[in-house]
Amino acid sequence: MKPFAYHRPTDLAQAAALLASTPDAAIIGGGMSLLPVLKLRLAEHAALVDLGRIDGLRNITAGNAELSIGAGARHAEVAASPEVARTIPALAALAGGIGDPHVRNRGTLGGVLANSDPAADYPAAVLALGASIHTNRRSLLADTFFRGLFTTALEPGEIITRVTFPVPLAAGYAKFRSPASRFAIVGVFVARFAEGVRVAATGAGPCVFRVRHMEEALTGSFTGQAIAGMTVAADGLNGDIHAEPSYRAHLVGVMARRAVAAALAA
Amino acid sequence: MANPTGIGAAILRKEDRRFITGRGNYVADLKRPGMTMGVFVRSPHAHAMVRGVDATAALAMPGVLAVLTGADLAADGVGGLPVGWGITGKDGLPMKEPPHPALADGKVRYVGDAVAFVVAETLELARQAAESVVVDYDVLPAAVGVLDAVRPDAPLLFDDVPGNLCCDWDMGDRAAVDAAFAGAAHVARISLTNNRLIGNPMEPRAAVAEYESSTDRTTLWTTSQFPHVVRLLMGNFVLKIPQHKLRVVAPDVGGGFGVKQFHYAEEAVLTWAARRIGRPIKWVCDRSEGFISDAHGRDHVTEAEMALDETGKFLALRVSTLANMGGYLSTFGPNIPTNLYAPLLAGVYTTPAIYCEVKCVFTNTVPVDAYRGAGRPEATFLVERLVDICAAELGMDRIAIRRRNMIPKEAYPYQTPMVVEYDSGDPVGCMDRALEVADWAGFAARKQESARRGRYRGIGISTYVEACGLAPSRLAIRMGARGGLYESATVRVHPTGDVTVLIGTHSHGQGHETTFAQIVSEKLGVPVERIDIVFGDTDKVQFGMGTYGSRSLVVGGSALSKAADKIILKGRKIAAHQLEAGLDDVVFENGVFSVVGTDRRRSFDEISLSAYVPADFPLEALEPGLEEQAYYDPVNFSYPGGAHIAEVEVDRETGSVELVAYTAVDDVGTVINPIIVAGQLHGGITQGVGQALCESAVYDEGSGQLLSGSFMDYCMPRADMMPRMEIQTHSTPCAHTDLGTKGCGEVGTIGSPAAVTNAIVDALSELGIAHIDMPASPNRIWRIMQNARLPHAAE
Ligand SMILES: Cc1cc2nc3c(=O)[nH]c(=O)nc-3n(C[C@H](O)[C@H](O)[C@H](O)COP(=O)(O)OP(=O)(O)OC[C@H]3O[C@@H](n4cnc5c(N)ncnc54)[C@H](O)[C@@H]3O)c2cc1C
Repeated sequence: MKPFAYHRPTDLAQAAALLASTPDAAIIGGGMSLLPVLKLRLAEHAALVDLGRIDGLRNITAGNAELSIGAGARHAEVAASPEVARTIPALAALAGGIGDPHVRNRGTLGGVLANSDPAADYPAAVLALGASIHTNRRSLLADTFFRGLFTTALEPGEIITRVTFPVPLAAGYAKFRSPASRFAIVGVFVARFAEGVRVAATGAGPCVFRVRHMEEALTGSFTGQAIAGMTVAADGLNGDIHAEPSYRAHLVGVMARRAVAAALAA
Repeated sequence: MANPTGIGAAILRKEDRRFITGRGNYVADLKRPGMTMGVFVRSPHAHAMVRGVDATAALAMPGVLAVLTGADLAADGVGGLPVGWGITGKDGLPMKEPPHPALADGKVRYVGDAVAFVVAETLELARQAAESVVVDYDVLPAAVGVLDAVRPDAPLLFDDVPGNLCCDWDMGDRAAVDAAFAGAAHVARISLTNNRLIGNPMEPRAAVAEYESSTDRTTLWTTSQFPHVVRLLMGNFVLKIPQHKLRVVAPDVGGGFGVKQFHYAEEAVLTWAARRIGRPIKWVCDRSEGFISDAHGRDHVTEAEMALDETGKFLALRVSTLANMGGYLSTFGPNIPTNLYAPLLAGVYTTPAIYCEVKCVFTNTVPVDAYRGAGRPEATFLVERLVDICAAELGMDRIAIRRRNMIPKEAYPYQTPMVVEYDSGDPVGCMDRALEVADWAGFAARKQESARRGRYRGIGISTYVEACGLAPSRLAIRMGARGGLYESATVRVHPTGDVTVLIGTHSHGQGHETTFAQIVSEKLGVPVERIDIVFGDTDKVQFGMGTYGSRSLVVGGSALSKAADKIILKGRKIAAHQLEAGLDDVVFENGVFSVVGTDRRRSFDEISLSAYVPADFPLEALEPGLEEQAYYDPVNFSYPGGAHIAEVEVDRETGSVELVAYTAVDDVGTVINPIIVAGQLHGGITQGVGQALCESAVYDEGSGQLLSGSFMDYCMPRADMMPRMEIQTHSTPCAHTDLGTKGCGEVGTIGSPAAVTNAIVDALSELGIAHIDMPASPNRIWRIMQNARLPHAAE
């Protein structure tokens, strides 16, 4: 790791000021994605601005229609939160299945979303639930937030502060883990609302995406049967030594059915 | 009264207190006065000419002490890395043994090949300097897999090694095999790949080198399984430092698995550089660097066929293997797929004729050498898969065909057609016990229950034997070893009766500090708390060959037993003198010397004290002191064996394989400590399961880049992949070791890949699948199920 300055501001304004005034500064949340890149010397930053001391950034609150999770909330906190368990238990289960205990005790919701790793779990939930991503400058809808491989709508220096999730009638997540990294080879989140069903797949493509034909079928009938035999096209999906594109395409179908089963069992 | 810390006692390991409280002393923990840090510049290309190395920018950085290259090595007359084992081809000619320079000499031959060595005041500086070294590469096409490397138009790694062929080797009676095939009722065939593995010990490799001008002595601390051999190879062949001026220390070492039983380039470069710059240097391999510089294991492509009569009796076995050597010959590279592979092809069967040919092939990949099991897992996988295929093709039961061909207990000692003579064993006994423990008979019901949950279930068995306890020097040297394979032990009894043992093996997780103490405790009646086992420092310990090939207990333990016997004899002489009896009348039992038929006795402690206070010794007949040494060279290998049974479930939709039950019944000879044996089995089986289910070193065929170069992509087996393992022993003592021990370090890794793979093939047999290659990754299994084109596989 190359040397860098390290700042731990205690409020958002300070953090924003540091980011604005220091060239080549980066935000650090849990560091679980950023630190490996620095240690491998694939990136270097003059300064890191750690959000860990900012008051309230880790709060989790829930009303009847909406769950709000601070960008600094650790995966382990989300997994164990009674508010999350009461409103969107599938989200707690998802957080509890990220990486390993070390990663869950450090990694944050904001860090995952800003990073937009194609194999990360949260993006599937955020997109399927139609969540809003709030920053120190504005609010963004999930549908416009994820832009591509490791790319989001965030501007330089923009800080995610919290994410609000509409509470669905039912939801489920099914993940096919990479046996090596335990990231998602394919993860599918299904969320059923009064207005209809939303389905989002992560791991399969360069960026999380919605599976519209499954949404339509499930809106008609929220059962595994409704999407029996359905997959997505393999074209443009990720291929690597663990999973070829056609296998990922197949897994989107399998995981979607398992996610529906999980939602129905909840 | 049984000795509570003697042979067979299930005591906890003495060394674990320091390990689990973080007080181990590893190479990376060392700090020497004036110590500098070293970093290697490694090739990013699989195959390239090195046109030049420009270190101007690096050397201009304050605090950078040196940037050294192959040219500097050559200028200082430093030799290449030696190979410890030479094999001879079918043509009677020695293998091709091209030079293996410690830093690239004009050409790089794999991604990770070291090109330059940077020394600086701090690690960060050394890294920055290494990044600023500009190497001018002229990239060449690469020969990556063995199949590619033997093509006529393949790029050549060495100008004087045509066809990239290090050696075309064979063993066995080709004519007898041809004749048997000609008359066979049935021939069963298999083509398989034995997947390439990366050992990944928990502690990465590391070294510290220091030169002391006042005494002209050089010390290398290194993560090694055999410090004396490193001293000999490096001192004598590479750096030409006299043995008495060179000290090699391997302190606590965090796992080896073979990865640390070679003399590596880094050791020589560090030692040379420390002498050159006159300051100590430390290098600690990071994990990414380990992936591309630790020797890899396995990597075979094999065709084999078995000839059978109509009753399922094996008549002959014919095997043809391409074995990957990587870019250079590692210390034991050519020995592994030849001498440690072909002799095991009889397995536990009476197959009367066997012929095996092995082409050892250079490729643009990391050198390949021994990895836990080394040759024997490859042989076992081949034989045990092929036996299942024979059964399937003849419509025979898998157990029945094994029973029909197994060597009966009464037939031991049993001479195989492949050089080795098994001294002892009971494969049928092991198998029967395993079948019972695993409830093989009740499998059908479990399969039905799995089917109700929508999962395929399979059961598989592997009945194996291996040759370990390396090795009888006479036999090994005949097979090409360039050194002996004995072991040494010194038992030093202090005036108080406390004991220090100096032994030539090295413990890096195996628990020698406990096991060896138990042997001494059994012999001398001294509790293990009063016995220390010292190893790993050439200044302290007499020459020893180190630890690999499950040899420590079998060979080192035998040396120790013999040294302890000498102590007893000396003690009896002292007692005979003191008790005024004839030597033959003095016996030693339960820690007490006594004159038979009298109440005259001396305790071990009393005799120890008098050995050092020789008030009235008849000095011409009795020397003072109580310290004895033994070197032991075994008369044969030892042959552990056993039966492993795995049960798996396969997810019909995703192809995921789950190991749901595992039974191992092993014949490891005398058990010194059952907890340690179980631990070796647990670890060994898990590593074998890793090979069967998930581990695979994958290179890009075109560029020679290692695609599985981190734990994100190289899948290590994990605790949550393992079911409860039912481990039992069914021992027949080794006929020729003092204590009847056989070795248990590798059996788990040898028996398990075939058991697991046979179970997966069994699970998928209803789809008409006869063989799958390792690892059984979900994608691979899904693809195989897809191709079998059953309606449910296409959903
Ligand atoms: C071994 C391992 C296994 C893993 N397995 C999984 C898995 O199974 N599933 C999964 O989803 N993830 C997995 N991860 C990733 C993990 O969830 C990380 O925690 C996550 O990707 C990043 O979160 P972080 O808080 O650590 O962010 P950091 O690493 O600190 O930052 C990541 C990026 O986000 C930016 N950033 C951080 N916080 C904010 C913010 N509030 N506003 C704007 N930008 C911000 C940073 O500048 C940086 O660019 C794994 C990681 C590891 C190391």
